[in-house]
Amino acid sequence: MLEIKDLEVSYGSIKALHGISLKVPDKSIVTLIGANGAGKSTTLRAISGLIKVRAGSVIYNGEDITNQPAHKIVAKHLCHVPEGRMVFANLTVAENLRMGAYLRNDKAGIAADMEYAFTIFPRLKERIHQAAGTMSGGEQQMLAIARALMSQPKCLMLDEPSLGIAPILVRSIFDQIVAINKERGLTILLVEQNANLALGISHHGYVLESGQVILEDSAAALLKNPQVRAAYLGD
Amino acid sequence: MDWLLQQLINGLALGSIYALIALGYTMVYGVLRFINFAHADVLMLGAYAAYFLAPAVNSIFPLPSLTGTLIIVLLSAMICAAIGILIEILAYRPLRQRPRLTVLITAIGVSLFIEFTCQHKAVFGADTKPFPQLLPEHDFHLGGLVIGSNDLVVVVTTLLLLGGMWFIVQRTKMGTAMRAVSFNQQAAALMGININRIISFTFGLGSALAAVAGILYALKAPGIDPLMGVQPGLRAFIAAVLGGIGNLPGAALGGLLLGLLETFAGGISGLSNYRDGIAFAILILILLFKPAGLLGKATIEKV
Repeated sequence: MLEIKDLEVSYGSIKALHGISLKVPDKSIVTLIGANGAGKSTTLRAISGLIKVRAGSVIYNGEDITNQPAHKIVAKHLCHVPEGRMVFANLTVAENLRMGAYLRNDKAGIAADMEYAFTIFPRLKERIHQAAGTMSGGEQQMLAIARALMSQPKCLMLDEPSLGIAPILVRSIFDQIVAINKERGLTILLVEQNANLALGISHHGYVLESGQVILEDSAAALLKNPQVRAAYLGD
Repeated sequence: MDWLLQQLINGLALGSIYALIALGYTMVYGVLRFINFAHADVLMLGAYAAYFLAPAVNSIFPLPSLTGTLIIVLLSAMICAAIGILIEILAYRPLRQRPRLTVLITAIGVSLFIEFTCQHKAVFGADTKPFPQLLPEHDFHLGGLVIGSNDLVVVVTTLLLLGGMWFIVQRTKMGTAMRAVSFNQQAAALMGININRIISFTFGLGSALAAVAGILYALKAPGIDPLMGVQPGLRAFIAAVLGGIGNLPGAALGGLLLGLLETFAGGISGLSNYRDGIAFAILILILLFKPAGLLGKATIEKV
């Protein structure tokens, strides 16, 4: 469904990605793990059009979408929940969700999807008219995911959904990620520092280091890999 | 008492115009975080658009008349919206990734460019031109009060436009997108929002309001000239800061307050020469205690 070939990205004169290649098969959950600064977020940002790609290509459903503007990539149902959530703090929960549905005009469909968002994250319904900036980090993460779902993604990229969130909410958010993948058939590309948690729900994993893929395998195999255990799982 | 009410009416009329102009400054600041100094000149262009449209409209809908005026205002607003959008595309968009100071200086450059190009004799010329009478005029006498019909027109038009703006920004999809872009452009792009389109829309809307303000200002002024936007523009900018830049109700409040302060200070005999001094001293006092403006929220810059 999503394939990246030899992706190179630079910030000024500093190369952040040195030719990354990876594949995200249809309806799977794929995780990128790696230390801070390994290039995980940069990879997602390059795919969703937030930063320019210097070389290489992003192929989505057989179409080359390299360096297309971000708002056009969303229209292809490839959606990115950025690091730090980036919910519109000045907008209410309902308005945030409506912005997620910005490209849609089917009122009934939007209402139905909003209801779906409330069934997976009931807390959002309690806070529907509250300004998003007044919610806790975990609630904002729920909103960020729900907002992305409003754009009817076929492939969802999640950047560090566990970052800065109370552990009890992390579990529930990851359960919902699995549910979205199973029930709605969404393909998911996940970036996480919490490798244990991420590999636990994934089918496949890539290990990034200094802007390069140094290892790839099934998630189950990576969890057993001594090298991965030593570097990322705290053994 | 009559004197107080009279000054109140005059102040509201003047403040309404400031409020309309201030909205344009504050909206652009909201989405792009810089002061579009050329806004004041778009106001002037609005007045000139009306000046040149008036004879043509007059031949179909004889002026002074409400219909004729509405047509002139609508056309001028559309012309200025187009000019505002064009200014953004030509002058500001290429600098989108540059430091804000660069854009700010460019805005001053655009402003001076418009002012001095328009003063050339091949364009408008530097002389003051008499503004045509667009609306039938009538003074209403209420006790000792004199309320000019133009003052009423200014206040009512402003109220309607303020209400309309509030509706657009708070209740429509486009307005919500404007607020989203204002908060975080990248996140807005990830929603599928075309940032450039929202910015154009914002400039168009602000410039259309400036055109209306320019015409209202000209109705009450002795004439129009290419520098006519400078004074009200500067005051409206201050009004926007006073209300809390980036905040729409704040801009309206700031405009009205500044208009009232100026009128009251100017109405006191012996003090009228110091009216700007008094008005601005009060502004400085307010900003000392409310640095983010009356309705602005104090924001902490992230380091």
